[in-house]
Amino acid sequence: MANLLEVKNLRIELTTREGVAPVIDDLSFTLNPGETLSFVGESGCGKSMTALALMGLLPEKVGRVAAGEIRFNGENLAQASDIRLREIRGNDISMIFQEPMTSLNPVFTVGEQIAEVLRAHQGLSRKVAWTQAIELLDAVRIPNAKNRVSNYPFQMSGGQRQRVMIAIALACQPKILIADEPTTALDVTVQAQIFDLLGDLRRQTGAAIILITHDMGAVAEMAERMIVMYAGRKVEFGPVDQIIERPRHPYTKGLIECVPHIQGDLTSERHDLVEVPGIVPSLREFGKNQCLFASRCPYLTDQCLVARPTEKVFDDGQTADCWQAEAL
Amino acid sequence: MGIVRIILLRVVYAIALLLAVLVLNFSLMHLAPGDVADTISQSMGGADQEILDEIRVSYGLDQPFVVQLWRYVSKVVQFDLGHSFFYNQPVTKLILERLPATLLLVITAQIAALIIGVVLGVVSARRPNGVSNYIVTFIALFGYSAPVFWTGILLLITFSLNVHWFPVAGMRDVTIEGGFWVHFLDVARHLILPAVTLGSIFLALYSRLSRASMMEVLGSDYVRTAKSKGLTSNQVVYKHALKNALSPVITLAGLQFSAVLSGAVLVEAVFSWPGLGTLAFQSIIARDTPTILGILFFSALVVIVGNLLTDLALRLVDPRVGGGK
Repeated sequence: MANLLEVKNLRIELTTREGVAPVIDDLSFTLNPGETLSFVGESGCGKSMTALALMGLLPEKVGRVAAGEIRFNGENLAQASDIRLREIRGNDISMIFQEPMTSLNPVFTVGEQIAEVLRAHQGLSRKVAWTQAIELLDAVRIPNAKNRVSNYPFQMSGGQRQRVMIAIALACQPKILIADEPTTALDVTVQAQIFDLLGDLRRQTGAAIILITHDMGAVAEMAERMIVMYAGRKVEFGPVDQIIERPRHPYTKGLIECVPHIQGDLTSERHDLVEVPGIVPSLREFGKNQCLFASRCPYLTDQCLVARPTEKVFDDGQTADCWQAEAL
Repeated sequence: MGIVRIILLRVVYAIALLLAVLVLNFSLMHLAPGDVADTISQSMGGADQEILDEIRVSYGLDQPFVVQLWRYVSKVVQFDLGHSFFYNQPVTKLILERLPATLLLVITAQIAALIIGVVLGVVSARRPNGVSNYIVTFIALFGYSAPVFWTGILLLITFSLNVHWFPVAGMRDVTIEGGFWVHFLDVARHLILPAVTLGSIFLALYSRLSRASMMEVLGSDYVRTAKSKGLTSNQVVYKHALKNALSPVITLAGLQFSAVLSGAVLVEAVFSWPGLGTLAFQSIIARDTPTILGILFFSALVVIVGNLLTDLALRLVDPRVGGGK
């Protein structure tokens, strides 16, 4: 089947006070219809920037697509006009954000905020859009949708607000849903409910999901394939099960070791919770021709400091950008 | 809480507040040296102690302070603000004659400053590096630093004396004859310069605040959400952002209402606008205590009503005020 989304050699540059830095450097991936692809990595690795670039919502004047293509059904969104991007946003590609508490407009009812997107893209009348808003609230399992539809966001809990966000995102039955850390701000029990809901809705609507998260547990449960991002670069890519079973990049390995219980049978080898030492380098370092993980890597060699690792391909399309990938 | 209950509650507060203002005004006036008897005797060209005492008795000034206060308050409660010896008219009648002119000036200036200020603020917030931004900064700086009477005189010299676009003073031209619209246009022509003068300070304030407020809102998460829905940038700005950005501006406008009223005193003096400000000015010069007290009382009333209206406007804009429906 043809790729729904194909990103080729994407480079996104941010203009900062210290100069221009590539927050996304040479990123390529594909997304198939109906699949869930997960982006994993620490904060500041460029996951959200990728999402905003796909939506054409990079911060004005600060961020820009410097090179590469974003092909949605063959159409290059990186070159598309504002008007065309507006047609696609919220209709073909929609997005839910990290902060349900602040992502909804406080002075409009949730019904209006859902109905608005239906009116904008499907030309529905106020009345029909409002009725559909009630149905959508019901679909995201908000009890008593008929009455809650005229609530304001401040009258809802964080979990309910995120459900409203999901209802807005799915209102026009998009082909791609980008979920940018949709559960980070929520309670653990509510997190599980939201992931359940997303999984069910994916099965019902057939939308492909790009799930951005640093929760490896959620990735294992939700996604078929994953991309591990580090400092704006893709460091590992492949089927989720295979990567969790045998990560080929030391960073992926570190991330997996941070998660309790994900490797249930390996507890004898791993007594304590492990952390990845150090922090993500600052934006200034992003463009350097070396492995950016080098300063935190236990497998460091001289080569890592003088040349950016090239992509190595393994079975089932797993790839890793590490000089030591074969040895790991 | 129902809206009717809120209004009723506010009215009760307002009455209590008005009484307090009344007592305070009267006490302050009483503390000031000199009284009506001095003024009257002055206008008579001097008087001896006997006549002064006589005047004091006839005005009840010989009574203890508390008795005088009680008499005054109980009269005001019946909407009798006393008698102006200077104008030889009841103060209530005097004020009610002048009030419409002041309200017309104040409300016109306030509304114009609000609308233009918000528009300028929004335009410059959308383009923080554009020309409009510098224009707003300039207007704000000028409006805020130039004294009102000076702005007024400057406008008078430019537009009334040099180019004769607007009349020099007053509120209407008594020689004009015609129907309602003829008079309406005449008053409007007289109104423009005073309203511009009075509005200039507040325009500065509102444009700066709405610019800052708008910039903050434009960077908020829900504006990003609105963009991600695929709305046009006008929908994002004028629907999603503006309604949120308005709250602080409305709050400030309500607080400034009393300042607008006191600003009106100066502007009315410059343009001979026949309102409360001119009346206040003249009665202060004339030491006409009942009239001054009456004007202060009415100013308090106008400010309290203004605040109540602000509160209601805020409720319209932001459902979170007062806990929603």
